[in-house]
Amino acid sequence: MDANQLILFLILFSPLVAAVLVLIIGKFGGANAAKWSALIFSLIPLVLVIYLWFAFQSAAADADGFKFVYAVPWLPQINSYLRVGVDGISMSMILLTAILTPLGVIISFRIDDRLPLFMALFLGLETGLFGVFMALDLVIFFLFWEIGLIPMYFLINQWGSANRRYASLKFLLYTMAGSIGLLLSIQFIWSALGTYAIPEIAQKWPTFNGPFMINAQTVKDITFWLFVIAFAIKVPIWPFHTWLPDAHTEAPTAGSMILAGVLLKLGAFGFLRLVLPFFPQQAAQFAPVLALLALAGIVFTALAAFGQNDFKRLVAYSSVNHMGFVVLGVAVAAVAKANPAYQPYAIIAVDGAVLQMFAHGLSSAAMFALVGVVYERAHTRDLNQLGGLWRVMPVYGGILLFSAMANLGLPGLAGFPAEFQVVSGSWPVFTLITALSMIGLLMTGAYVLKAIQKVLHGPANRELLHHAEMPDITRREVIALAPLLALMLAIGVWPYWLMTVINGSVMKLIGG
Amino acid sequence: MTEGTLVYLVWLIPALPLLAFFAIVLFTRGRDRLSHSIAIGAMLISFVLAQLVFWSVIGNGEELAQHPIALSIPWLPQGAATLNIGVLVDPLTAVMLFMVPIACLMIFIYSVGYSNFNKRPDAHDRAGFPPHNGREPMYSRFFAFLSLFAGAMLTLVVADNLLLLFIGWEVMGLCSYLLIGFWYARTYPDPKKITPRQAAVKAFMTTRVADVFMLLGIGFLYSATHTLSFREIFTAETTHALATVLFLGIPAAQVIYLLMFIGTIGKSAQFPLHTWLPDAMEGPTPVSAMIHAAAMVSAGVYMIIRVFPLIGGTVAPGGLVTFTPMIVIGALTALFAATIAFTQPDVKRVLAYSTISQLGYMVAALGMGAWVAAAFHLIMHAFFKALLFMGSGSIIHGVEHGLHASHERAEKIAHADKILSGHMEEAPDDHAAPAQEHGHADEDPHEPELDPQDMFNMGGLRTKMPVTFWTFLFGGLALSGFPIITAGFWSKDEILGHAFTHNTLVFWVLVFTAFLTAFYTMRQISLTFLGQPRTKAAELAHESHWTMLLPLVILAVFAIFAGFVGVKADMPGLGFLSGAFQTGSAFERFIEPTVLPVVELEKLPFDFAPMLIGSTGAVLGLVLGWWVYGRKPLAAGQPDPLEAPMGGLYVVLKNKYFIDEIYDYVFVQPVKRFSAWMGDVFDRQGIDGVLHGVARGAWNLALRFRSFDTRVVNGGADSLAAGVKAFGRWLREIQTGRVQNYLLLALVSLVLLIALYITLFS
Repeated sequence: MDANQLILFLILFSPLVAAVLVLIIGKFGGANAAKWSALIFSLIPLVLVIYLWFAFQSAAADADGFKFVYAVPWLPQINSYLRVGVDGISMSMILLTAILTPLGVIISFRIDDRLPLFMALFLGLETGLFGVFMALDLVIFFLFWEIGLIPMYFLINQWGSANRRYASLKFLLYTMAGSIGLLLSIQFIWSALGTYAIPEIAQKWPTFNGPFMINAQTVKDITFWLFVIAFAIKVPIWPFHTWLPDAHTEAPTAGSMILAGVLLKLGAFGFLRLVLPFFPQQAAQFAPVLALLALAGIVFTALAAFGQNDFKRLVAYSSVNHMGFVVLGVAVAAVAKANPAYQPYAIIAVDGAVLQMFAHGLSSAAMFALVGVVYERAHTRDLNQLGGLWRVMPVYGGILLFSAMANLGLPGLAGFPAEFQVVSGSWPVFTLITALSMIGLLMTGAYVLKAIQKVLHGPANRELLHHAEMPDITRREVIALAPLLALMLAIGVWPYWLMTVINGSVMKLIGG
Repeated sequence: MTEGTLVYLVWLIPALPLLAFFAIVLFTRGRDRLSHSIAIGAMLISFVLAQLVFWSVIGNGEELAQHPIALSIPWLPQGAATLNIGVLVDPLTAVMLFMVPIACLMIFIYSVGYSNFNKRPDAHDRAGFPPHNGREPMYSRFFAFLSLFAGAMLTLVVADNLLLLFIGWEVMGLCSYLLIGFWYARTYPDPKKITPRQAAVKAFMTTRVADVFMLLGIGFLYSATHTLSFREIFTAETTHALATVLFLGIPAAQVIYLLMFIGTIGKSAQFPLHTWLPDAMEGPTPVSAMIHAAAMVSAGVYMIIRVFPLIGGTVAPGGLVTFTPMIVIGALTALFAATIAFTQPDVKRVLAYSTISQLGYMVAALGMGAWVAAAFHLIMHAFFKALLFMGSGSIIHGVEHGLHASHERAEKIAHADKILSGHMEEAPDDHAAPAQEHGHADEDPHEPELDPQDMFNMGGLRTKMPVTFWTFLFGGLALSGFPIITAGFWSKDEILGHAFTHNTLVFWVLVFTAFLTAFYTMRQISLTFLGQPRTKAAELAHESHWTMLLPLVILAVFAIFAGFVGVKADMPGLGFLSGAFQTGSAFERFIEPTVLPVVELEKLPFDFAPMLIGSTGAVLGLVLGWWVYGRKPLAAGQPDPLEAPMGGLYVVLKNKYFIDEIYDYVFVQPVKRFSAWMGDVFDRQGIDGVLHGVARGAWNLALRFRSFDTRVVNGGADSLAAGVKAFGRWLREIQTGRVQNYLLLALVSLVLLIALYITLFS
């Protein structure tokens, strides 16, 4: 085990250790000590990830395109190893996770109910997320997949707003309904190939042709769909998305930030890491369906977002809308699996999809944080109750505008290069669908401007100002947002630094 | 200066205003003098740099076209290739670099006076409302936005590829949104009148309709050529390849160009996406100048001029490259907007429609293959339209001041009356009193009862505001195309000359439009400046601050003389202005090599006929305008003399053909209704209804299982059953009883599905 492999393990498990420590510190030192220690602990993986980000670019990849791969026996009896490693796609997602977690901790500083537990769950969640991105073994993948679920359930269920019970249970059951199929498929694959190693399966499974207890093709079809459903729920792909507006809206601010920022990416990541390599034929066959669902997601949820009068629900719908472009990129890649002529377009589209995952992680986290800022002061998220806040909260207004514009995909900020690439890549493959998806892009503008207008513009709502103190955004909140804003700008102005890391692995994934 | 140094200077030209934006936003918020110093300082350096670049490349267009100043950096790695972005100065960019920074700088300086920097902040004024008589409360912010706007426009101008151009394009869209809606809290007593914030959203959304098409066009081009660099695309091979690949039976080049052109329709406010531009007049006046002259709308035409070589491969070598959709849209828009313009009462809205109309000229010219003429009119129009907008701003400013002064006088008289009649001990000093003593620190300022932009409230300003009058007059003459001594004449003549040779119908449409243009310009000048003041406000109006007048004077010089670079060498009498050449103009010779490798442009010899016809139309319009409005100036309260004779037509025109109402009914309202339905009904009742139904079914199934357990299995599992029951009760308590059984159902249905699948397909 060399130093970088060790660091990868440290990144993976340090949040879990930190979670335990925060609980202990909270027990003896009180909430104040707990929150500061949570912040400091959450910076450890961030520092390590930043180091690894630079080490990554010079490190050598193994034959499967992964770096820092290391395996520890875990259940050797069934040939399962704690095998971790990263490629450019997962590296970027790990960076995103490591950035968002400390910011979520900062935003949650004012939670007054069982703060140490909240922080511990939040940190534990980080390990679950890291694990999914790093896992190169299906059992490990599944394990962390589920680990990420539990803390989020409790965060919503215990610290959410009015309708939190319904939302959290819907979230839990929906995701688990997907997980069961995932688990079953993993068992199918294991019993056929006798391995859980993801790179090995990616090599063997597409050409696997029995012998098996039933027709091998049938098994592959079934496992394909079970994988797809599990990840489709997580992304979420329309029409599996209705858990999302509820969960996002009811979750505490930091929960929404991580939920939108990272958790949704697990689904898209599952498509890229598992579905495309394992099931190239099936994926190619059903790519048009996927593209159509992506289109439905882009257009319908953009419209639905425009129709909302709840600030947070509007932002939540915008997540589904944005993830639609990720799915569209994946659909292009799926087509290219059967038709190598499309590979150059697929690379462009998937480059865009991964960048969209990152960019949306930043902008949606910022938007949810900003919704939280207003909610904390006004105690309402009803857009018709807000208004004229720019005058009362000028700095907040500026930051909201900036984030909203990033969300809208304004060129010069992070979302644009992503959407541009997805559109360029999918145009030659799904011309009509790409053209129609522009309706969604148009409506993105409509709902973002609606939110700005209802929150910032117009005369102030006197009644609201009488009842609620509306001080401008505090320094702590600005600190929690500033890194996001800086990154949005850095990516929008010069995405090269991020894309060099992503692009290499996308080429490996698509081939050609 | 060596080319190596020049390249870095070119980078700095857009970078400086952008840096000024960030500096103001992050560090100098609220410090007005520092903020405007930074903004104007950065813009001034940009301007100097741009002039340096311009004068060092001027003279040899051919050399510059073949070896443009260019530098790029890697931006997006795509597979094995890389997408680069960078800067490029070729002849077309060079002339834009001459015009844009001058116009921007003038606007910046003008804004100092316009935002009342010379006055103290008034305690009555609120952020988000226009100031009444004090300094703009959001003074720093205004200069920050202006800087961003200028930076974005300059980025677009120096971009060497479509992607960077699009970035500048969209950032400018954001700026226009921010600036149109600058007075974001302003609300009018009349609910039908569009507020600034609504106008801002309208501008952003209307242009976004067009922009998504443009994005598709860029995406199409990129996936077809794997590059977006102008120099790589505009080669004979690439354009030829794009012309031979078919898309739905049409050459790909034309499809892409059409998609791009839709972008221009939005940005340059061509029919049918023109509706945002007149409402954009809700913004402060320097913004209008910015949008209509230096940036935004110019950007739309600039872009489509820039990518014109794209369709160069669609005709045989030597043929005239034309694009019919542009001729149709351009000519139609020119005429259509002009007809609306001469019924509008708002001084700025008249100019807005005239802009739409003039942009139509450019678009039609480009469609007919008159590439040079389109570019020429773009530059000339920018000068005189910036002048006119700032002139109208000066007028409005003057009338607003008069309005304020008349209030003050009325109040003083009222006070004096009260003192005389003994109701009051002493008159409180309005100016010294702090705001809270008025008891409405929280109140929003009231709207004036008299619209200071309505020309029917003006009149007689010629003597009150002489500098504004004379500069406005020359701007108006340039817009009308008054012969020889105005820039607009030369550039409009170029376009008319082309139309005369190639398309008689378009020629007559444009001539008639020129007549209308002259007519409504004279109407505007007569209504505002001539006769006697029709209101107290106009009577008390006075000339604006020198910071506002200086830009007017400078731009007036351009509006008169700039056109001489477009005089054809073979024109009898004046040809000497173009130097010792046989044909073409100085402008043409410099700029033409930009597209020569791909597009062969036609050089028309000088022709008196279109020039005479066009001039006649213009002069006729001016005379008729004076005859109707200037000869016998209107009295206060007198309606437009054309209102009665034109009857219903006047109503239609004044309401802009009711297009806003139609769009609202056909697009906006249905989308609003459908959106609400999508979120509330479809998702919450439809999809979730199914889920809840499934859950309820599973719950009932589970109850059956449980009763099966308790009755049949029963036996020793009592304790277990009790546990399950307790669990169920707990579940029921925390739940609404609808969704908790997804899990169970998922399991059951999964097993069933798999069984079904295996039996069916194995």
